[in-house]
Amino acid sequence: MQIIFDHINYVYGSGTAYERHALKDINLQIQKGEFIGLIGHTGSGKSTLVQHMNGLVKATSGHIYFNGEDIYAPDYKLRDLRSKVGLVFQYPEHQLFETTVFKDVIFGPNNLGIDKLEAELRAYEALKMVGISDELLDASPFELSGGQKRRVAIAGVLAMKPEVLILDEPTAGLDPRGRDEILEQIKKLHEDSKITIILVTHSMEDIAIYADRIFVMNHGELVINQPTKEVFARYKELEQMQLAAPQVTYVMNALKENGIPVPTDVTTVMEARDEILKAFQNNK
Amino acid sequence: MVLIMIRDITIGQYYPTNSILHRLDPRVKLVGTLLFIISLFLFHSFLGYIAVTIFLFSIIKLSKVPFRYIVRGMKAIIILLLFTVFFNLFLTPGDLIFQWGIIKISKEGLISAGFMAIRLTYLILGSSLMTFTTTPNQLTDGLEKLLRPLRHIKVPVHEIAMMMSIALRFIPILLEETDKIMKAQMARGADFESGGIVKRAKSLIPLLVPLFVSAFRRANDLAMAMEARCYRGGDGRTKMKPLKYSGKDFIGYLILLVYLAAIISSRILENAIF
Repeated sequence: MQIIFDHINYVYGSGTAYERHALKDINLQIQKGEFIGLIGHTGSGKSTLVQHMNGLVKATSGHIYFNGEDIYAPDYKLRDLRSKVGLVFQYPEHQLFETTVFKDVIFGPNNLGIDKLEAELRAYEALKMVGISDELLDASPFELSGGQKRRVAIAGVLAMKPEVLILDEPTAGLDPRGRDEILEQIKKLHEDSKITIILVTHSMEDIAIYADRIFVMNHGELVINQPTKEVFARYKELEQMQLAAPQVTYVMNALKENGIPVPTDVTTVMEARDEILKAFQNNK
Repeated sequence: MVLIMIRDITIGQYYPTNSILHRLDPRVKLVGTLLFIISLFLFHSFLGYIAVTIFLFSIIKLSKVPFRYIVRGMKAIIILLLFTVFFNLFLTPGDLIFQWGIIKISKEGLISAGFMAIRLTYLILGSSLMTFTTTPNQLTDGLEKLLRPLRHIKVPVHEIAMMMSIALRFIPILLEETDKIMKAQMARGADFESGGIVKRAKSLIPLLVPLFVSAFRRANDLAMAMEARCYRGGDGRTKMKPLKYSGKDFIGYLILLVYLAAIISSRILENAIF
C-alpha cells in the first residue's frame, strides 16, 4: 500500500469570480501502516486533499499513484480505488439512509459487487469492530443515538475492508467519552488490522497521542511533513498558521524557562507526568 | 454541473450595480414586467413593435447591466426559438413565396415566424431584466405587499412570502448538502451515472433519503429558532426595511401608463389603417 502525490494542483471555479487555487503543488508519500495526522486552519485544503486520495475530486494537474498505478490513467477503475481508500466524512451519520442498520452497512460491499454471503459477513464484522450490539442490527438507523449513528456510518466504510482509512474529524460533536471511544477504536483497528490511518482533526492532543507523522496544510500548501514530535517542537511556526502545539508542550516549555530541567519535546500528558516526576526525583 | 445551474438560475441572475432601475421599488418592476408581457401579445403591426422596441431598449440602457450578460440568458431558449420559427416558417399556409419540393414558405409564414421570434426574445429579455435588477428577497417582499389585499379572501399571503424567502435562503445550503452526501455515498462505491432510467432512479435513494432527513431536521431547528425569537406569524409583524414608494417610483408608474397608452393607440391606429 502506497500513496504518492506528485505535483498536485487543484483550482476550482476557474474563469469565474470564484476562482480558487485550493491545492498548490502538493508532493507527499504515504506508506503502509502509518498513522498520519492532517492539521491546518479552516479552509487550508485538508478536506480537498483527502478527497483527492480516493479520486472523488480530480486534480487540475499532477499525478497520484496508488500502489504504483496512476489513478488518472484512462482505464483505471476509480470504484476499486474507493474500496481500498475508505473515506469517512465529517458527521458521517448524515449519510445513513437504509431501513435497517445492517442494510446500511452492507450498502458499500454490495456496490462493490461482493457476493451476498461475503458481504453479510463483512457487514457483521464491521459492526462488531465499532462496538454495535446485535440487537441494533435490525433497528432503523434513525432511531439510534448520535454516537451510535456515527459508529454505524464508520462501519459502513470499514465493511469495504479498505487498506487506508481516512477520517475527517471523527470526534466532532461527541461528548468526551464518545470521543475517547472512537479514537481508541481507531487505534485498535490500526494495531490489529494494520490499516493505514489518516486522521484529519483540530485537536493537537489527539494527534499527539495517536499519530506518528503530521502533515500541516496552510493556505493550500503542504508546509510541514515530519514526525509528530518534530512538528510540535516548531510550535512558534504553528502559531503563525493559526495552529498550536498540545497544551502540555506549552506547560513543559514554561517549566523549563522557570528553571526546571524537563525536556520540551513532550507532547502528551502521560509523558509530561513521567518527565516531571523524573526531574523532581533527580533533584533530591 | 446541474447543481451550479440551479444556483445560477435562482440567485446568480442578479447583477449588482447601482442603476435607477435597481433602486426602483420592486412592486413597480413587477407590475411593469406584467404589463410588458401582456403588451407583447396585444399588437400585430410594425407600429406596435417600434413602441415596444424603444421601451425595451431604453430600459436595458437604464439598467446598466452589460449587454453580453443579458445575452447569456438568451442562450437557454435558443432551441425553443428555433423550434417556433421553424414551425411558423414552414407550416403557415398562405401566399407562397418559396418552394422546393414539399418545403413551402409563405409570406404569412415569414411574417408570423419573424413576429414570433421577436415576441419570444423580448419576453425573455423583459422578464430577465426584472431578475437582473431585483434581488430574490426584494421580489418576495414586493409580491407580498402587492398581494396583501388577498388576505381578505383568506389567501395566506404572508406565509407564502415567508416560505419563498426561506426556500431561496436555503438553496445554497441544500445544494452543498447534496454535494456532500453524494460524495459520501460515492466513497462507499455508489454509482449515480451508469445504467438505464430505472437503475439511475433507484441509485438516487441513498442521495434523496439523507437529503430529506436533513431538510426536515433543518426545518425543525429553524422553526424552533424562529419561535424562540417570538415569531408568531404575520399579524402585527413589522419589517426592518419596509417598502415605501418614493418620487422615482411614481415617475416609473407614469412612464408605464404612457407606454400602455402608446401600445393601445398603436393598436387603434393599425385597426384604422389596415
